[in-house]
Amino acid sequence: MQPLSRYLDSGSSEPLDPRAREALVAAYDAGSGAGYADPLRLHSPARQARLLLDNARAAVAEALGVREDEVTFTASGTAAVHLGVLGLLKGQSRTSRTLVHSAVEHSSVFAAARWWEEHGGARTQVLPVDRTGQVVPPAAADEPAVVAVQQANPEVGTVQPLDAVAAAFRDVPLFVDACAVGARLPLPEHWAAAALSAHKWGGPAGVGVLLVRKGTRWRPPFPTDERVDLRSAGFENVPAALAAAAALQVRVAEREELARRHRTFADRLRRCLATIPDVELHGHPEKRLPHLVSFSCLYVDGEALVTELDRRGFAVASGSACTASALEPSHVLVAMGALTHGNARVTFSPATTEADVDALAAVLPEVVAELRARVDR
Amino acid sequence: MSDAVTPALELDCRGMRCPLPVIKLANRIDEVPVGAVVAVTADDPAARPDIAAWCRMRGQEHLGETAAEDGVPTFLVRRLV
Repeated sequence: MQPLSRYLDSGSSEPLDPRAREALVAAYDAGSGAGYADPLRLHSPARQARLLLDNARAAVAEALGVREDEVTFTASGTAAVHLGVLGLLKGQSRTSRTLVHSAVEHSSVFAAARWWEEHGGARTQVLPVDRTGQVVPPAAADEPAVVAVQQANPEVGTVQPLDAVAAAFRDVPLFVDACAVGARLPLPEHWAAAALSAHKWGGPAGVGVLLVRKGTRWRPPFPTDERVDLRSAGFENVPAALAAAAALQVRVAEREELARRHRTFADRLRRCLATIPDVELHGHPEKRLPHLVSFSCLYVDGEALVTELDRRGFAVASGSACTASALEPSHVLVAMGALTHGNARVTFSPATTEADVDALAAVLPEVVAELRARVDR
Repeated sequence: MSDAVTPALELDCRGMRCPLPVIKLANRIDEVPVGAVVAVTADDPAARPDIAAWCRMRGQEHLGETAAEDGVPTFLVRRLV
């Protein structure tokens, strides 16, 4: 196992923030927390659990700058995406049934679109992206029911021009997948519904946040139950929601300083990568997430690149087909017209230090050269 | 788009996983003169985007694709450098 600071895959899942861990453990503690109890019952532990859940909701609302009644805890970011996209579609289904989404959305949006085609009897339109991964809003658009565009791309970090998307589609409800941002940026101005994921900001996995703007037509797309919040069926994970809220408060308080530091790291790494021949840097040169660097190395096998870096103590992700469960290359890199093989995505966490980035920059040229030599390039 | 193109070199990359078709193309393109065309037949799904990206990165011309008799795509590349 490498030291935590050389875990450079916070884009997949960030290590639990120590303060979130404290909140999690305290909430499970029967003496002080009662986070185990059912918030809907009438006894004291239940009232205590209800208080914890309300506190978590209030803290999340305050940190995100939204209303408390706009916040729903879900079982994951993906669940929030499915509920957000499909609930908006169901809410608008009398006027239109068409979903428009970008070509670089997370797979959960593509899956929701397929589900809607099967169950809503509707069509989907895909918006293309340019070479940097930015959505190209259409000059003139038909009025779809819902437009889904991410705040930033999880694979290449490009921040999407949501103001331009909202302007192109005027009154159409906009669904924003904000999971990849990990609360590193404030929420965008325009959203009718949005999805976030706690383990991308140092909270526990298994907590997503669905936001539905007050006054938006949203209807439950799936079966529910008798519990209070129609937007999310099932028993809330109170301790995890509390820990997610604690981590979010930390992230929002520290994000500007964190972004400054991570931008320096990213620039350093990008400068190093620019010196290696036949390496393509992905994403927008300026409008990108501060903590993410994605690149592809010509003639290099993505799996070999990840394995070799792991052997040297660095944990990074890859979107190359040879590293995925499917044989298909990354739909994001394909939509951008980018090189899909030999891909690596480096994402920094609060634990990452300048020395770690320098160490990675020092080994990358020789790792790439060594892997190319293996295939006579 | 490819009716008039006769490849000077045909590479059969069926069954090869990424990035091997691109490596084979890069290793063998020097066998044809500048201006001639290499045809790469490859069934790996990454070959389509990656041969196009290789052409862009290496300054070669991507002419498009046809299909071999068995339906496997054949990508046509003109050597420019």
